[in-house]
Amino acid sequence: MTTPLLQVEALNIALPVDGELRTVLHDVSFSLEPGRTVGLVGESGSGKSMTARAVARLLPPGARVRGRLEFDGASIVDLRGEALRRYRAGDVSMIFQDPRSAINPVRRIGDFLTEALRINGGMSSRAAGARAVELLAEVGIADGARRLRQYPHELSGGLLQRVMIAATLAVRPRLILADEPTTALDVSTQAEVMAILGRLRAEYGMAMLFITHDLDLAAAVCDETIVMYAGSVVEQHRGASLHEDPLHPYTAALAQARPDIDRATRRLPAIPGYPTTAYEVPPGCAFAPRCPHAVAACTTQEPQLVPIGDGHSRCIRAEELRGRMLTGPSTTEGVA
Amino acid sequence: MTTLTAGEVEVTPPRRRTWGWTRGLGVSGWLSIGVLVLVLLLAVVGPLLASQDPNEGNLAQGFGAPSVEHWLGQDANGRDLLTRLVVGARTAVIGPLLVVVASTILGTVLALAAAWFGGWFDTAVARVVDAVFAFPGLLLAILATALFGAGLPAAVAALSIAYTPYMARIARSAALRERGMPYIAALRVQGIHGLSICVRHILPNIRTLVLANATISFGFALIDLAGLSFIGLGVQPPTADWGAMVGEGLAGILQRYPQESFYAGALIVATVAAANVLGDRLTTRSEGRS
Repeated sequence: MTTPLLQVEALNIALPVDGELRTVLHDVSFSLEPGRTVGLVGESGSGKSMTARAVARLLPPGARVRGRLEFDGASIVDLRGEALRRYRAGDVSMIFQDPRSAINPVRRIGDFLTEALRINGGMSSRAAGARAVELLAEVGIADGARRLRQYPHELSGGLLQRVMIAATLAVRPRLILADEPTTALDVSTQAEVMAILGRLRAEYGMAMLFITHDLDLAAAVCDETIVMYAGSVVEQHRGASLHEDPLHPYTAALAQARPDIDRATRRLPAIPGYPTTAYEVPPGCAFAPRCPHAVAACTTQEPQLVPIGDGHSRCIRAEELRGRMLTGPSTTEGVA
Repeated sequence: MTTLTAGEVEVTPPRRRTWGWTRGLGVSGWLSIGVLVLVLLLAVVGPLLASQDPNEGNLAQGFGAPSVEHWLGQDANGRDLLTRLVVGARTAVIGPLLVVVASTILGTVLALAAAWFGGWFDTAVARVVDAVFAFPGLLLAILATALFGAGLPAAVAALSIAYTPYMARIARSAALRERGMPYIAALRVQGIHGLSICVRHILPNIRTLVLANATISFGFALIDLAGLSFIGLGVQPPTADWGAMVGEGLAGILQRYPQESFYAGALIVATVAAANVLGDRLTTRSEGRS
């Protein structure tokens, strides 16, 4: 096992809302080795984006951070000024969910792509322009010179996301934070973008923190997947068997709430109830109120992350439920 | 572009962005631009056009009627009115222009800094802005002339400070909205310097609003400075100035000779109205676009 590039340990984040601090992340721990991909999966508000933002130091003002957050052995939490700028400019890049809002609409693609090269790389604008065309070619955009003169609104979402990836490559970071990079794209474009991302990652040996709510995508892309619920890690799963062998009832419920091409279903089973936010978690297991497998002990006993199979699960019944959850009572309940 | 009827789409070809700022001004907007350009032109070349000395008069010809030599007649001191109006354009325009430039730069810089840094700095800027708001601009200017002597410099400096909060408040809210956009976060993760993001990204995105507000401020500043000159605290005699001429013409009104006040007043009203209409059009357009 190599030394981790990114080490997150007991990360707690609270944000000020109406004058009080509300917990959004609770004891999140994971590590990411160089060149590998870790997925973060969960519903909206589960804390997956907040985790990535903490790594990029993009938390809202007033956020309180506790725990360890280390990049290459050095703490990210204490970075200030020039050191923080250098860390962002050279070590870490972020790809955003909606490329259209992540690129300044009033400036040309060329301005966007060459800005980092000119300012942080010290290139002349001619050299930066030539490099930008190369970068666009690497993400499969052939007529780069023409694209550089265009404005963001003249490009499709898929093209823009490739431009975004090209901008990421410009600095050749060691870590890419991909925050639902394909969510805003249509399915065929999604596949293309993921293919480009995968190829470039392999080529340059970049590590990636991949955020998605698509279990299949996570299972296909990631070396390890972390499932989050209400600001906590509920399952940690190595390998590609996340959706076939869920270790936590929440993962199983997510897996069942997606369409299966081999199965004719008139109505997809949904998870009953609402997602809980981290600051209003009930005592015991956060997922217990919505869990089809909950027993009395679930509401009194706070579950710990225990090793099981290919990973860890934060469920007191993990061992006895393993392998039974996908055909468990939730399917019949969903119909009834 | 939410409300475009089918007809408009067919008729209007997509314009290039480079000329985007002229879009949607309408007839009134263009007319206002025309008036303002004329006035500014007059301010620049006016003194060169004048064939007579604006300050030299013939007391014997006081309140002289329009003639071949004096197209608009003469004032109480027998000075040529047209010459004084033409020459007075420069003093009437330069003051408000300085006020607008100073308050716009100061206000925008404060707004960008406040929006960027947030926290206690933002709060401090907001408090100071509120405090300055409490003083009417004219009062501040009168105070300044009382302290530093009557004349344009003190009045312009005071008005520049008094006008800064308006610009700061408008620019700050726009900058704050822009600051929260994902593309700003994207730029920060790229390691782009904060100053660079403010100047090259946030500023261009709020410039229409800043420009619109600057245009409206010009009208108000012109009125305030003309008012100061009118009561004798601004431009000092014998220098020709529209505001001062309205004041000097007062004596004539009582003697059935309202021309001087009327002409100077009409020029002020036309200029201010043009600035207001143009500013209004620019504001409406920038709102329609976002």
